[in-house]
Amino acid sequence: MVTVIHPNLDQTDAKMNASDVSVFYGDKMAIDNVSIEIPTKYVTAFIGPSGCGKSTFLRTLNRMNDTIPTARVEGTITLDGDDIYRSKMDVVQLRARVGMVFQKPNPFPKSIYDNIAYGPKIHGIAQGKEELDNIVEVSLKRAGLWEEVKDRLTDSGTALSGGQQQRLCIARAIAVDPEVILMDEPCSALDPIATAKIEELIAELSGRYAIVIVTHSMQQAARVSERTAFFHLGKMVEYGRTSDIFTNPVEQRTQDYITGRYG
Amino acid sequence: MNDHTVKSFDEDITRLRGLIAEMGGLAELSIQEALDALISGDEKLAAGVVKRDKKIDALETEVDKLAVRIIALRAPMADDLREVIAALKIAGVVERIGDYSKNIAKRIKDIEGRNRFEPLTLLPAMGEIASDMVHDVLSAYASRDPVLAIEVIATDAKVDAFYNSIFRNVVSYMVENPATISTAAQILFIARNLERIGDHATNVAEMVHFAAVGTYPPDEDDS
Repeated sequence: MVTVIHPNLDQTDAKMNASDVSVFYGDKMAIDNVSIEIPTKYVTAFIGPSGCGKSTFLRTLNRMNDTIPTARVEGTITLDGDDIYRSKMDVVQLRARVGMVFQKPNPFPKSIYDNIAYGPKIHGIAQGKEELDNIVEVSLKRAGLWEEVKDRLTDSGTALSGGQQQRLCIARAIAVDPEVILMDEPCSALDPIATAKIEELIAELSGRYAIVIVTHSMQQAARVSERTAFFHLGKMVEYGRTSDIFTNPVEQRTQDYITGRYG
Repeated sequence: MNDHTVKSFDEDITRLRGLIAEMGGLAELSIQEALDALISGDEKLAAGVVKRDKKIDALETEVDKLAVRIIALRAPMADDLREVIAALKIAGVVERIGDYSKNIAKRIKDIEGRNRFEPLTLLPAMGEIASDMVHDVLSAYASRDPVLAIEVIATDAKVDAFYNSIFRNVVSYMVENPATISTAAQILFIARNLERIGDHATNVAEMVHFAAVGTYPPDEDDS
């Protein structure tokens, strides 16, 4: 079985390219031969039922699965043409270039300022205090949080509301000037207003960064993404323009899932 | 087609389809009765057609309300979304078809000398084709059949041909029998109404095709 890739996709620069990627946890195959291009200028959404492998696949894009001892990745994944699984790849550097935002906001138990400044400091991006201040301000502004926190940058990041914490985490990811931002259900712990703010933020960041979002909310995928891939049982079933996937999917399984007939 | 995990969603969709079927059934009956009344001069039958239109209008309102409710509460996707959008549009079109039948029914008292008026005999055949189109397009809707929908679209050419022929026929009749112009003009309007019913049945067929497969049928002029 092969993935149905809609023929009407426009040709666009691929930031990342996965080909024939399979992931195993021990003997169990979690991802079965997935190939996809992650375009630079679009938001790509991964949807699918729980356990379909969409988060596992997302994690292969910045080698987050390396932390799981039994996990094994086959196939190739490239970032700007470079194989990210090659032995000389600097994984810390990779994760700066391919940032990640998680389901639950996970700010460091440090000040708002330090949450943002930490990455640029350890990566040696900022020379001196003034530049660091500037990075913190720009990152918080891009994450739409600056106005809310500019007078209390020394407060703990964990003292913010859930939605603010998540935007802080996005600002933290932005601070190291990544090329790709991976988001694993970034809004599932947030209320609708905080969710709307994150979605607005995704729209603003789109184009500047390649964004990949895993979401359980199909409405959210429909709202924020230009491209959607549907995963099922470890396979990528269908990939196309979001508007086509949600109005006229080709595969019956896609249709059944998005219309609530799955299972 | 599999059922939805949320059963009440299926119930909503089934109810929506039921309302459209009911509207369509009434509209079809109205066309036939309007034509029967036209031939027989049965004003009581005609009054029934006029009265039935209110029922069709009420059903359209019900479809609108239910469709809005489904969109708001269920956020339908893919074929469900197309189904609901198609139902909204089809209800509007079937309501128009009802209006045309009502319009025909209202003209019946203005037809004089119906036994001597020859062009009148052409209308039932035309009306039957228009009525069949409405019947078939509703069958296509009920069975989500895009092929039957395309057949209905093709049938519209016959209705148009009938209209052109009746138009010429009635105009020459007017020239020869100026005393009947008033009745002849009514006949022209009725033929025009039937022609519009054919057009609207075509519109419904396009929506049926869209709901079933996600694309509009190929334009005949393009092929």
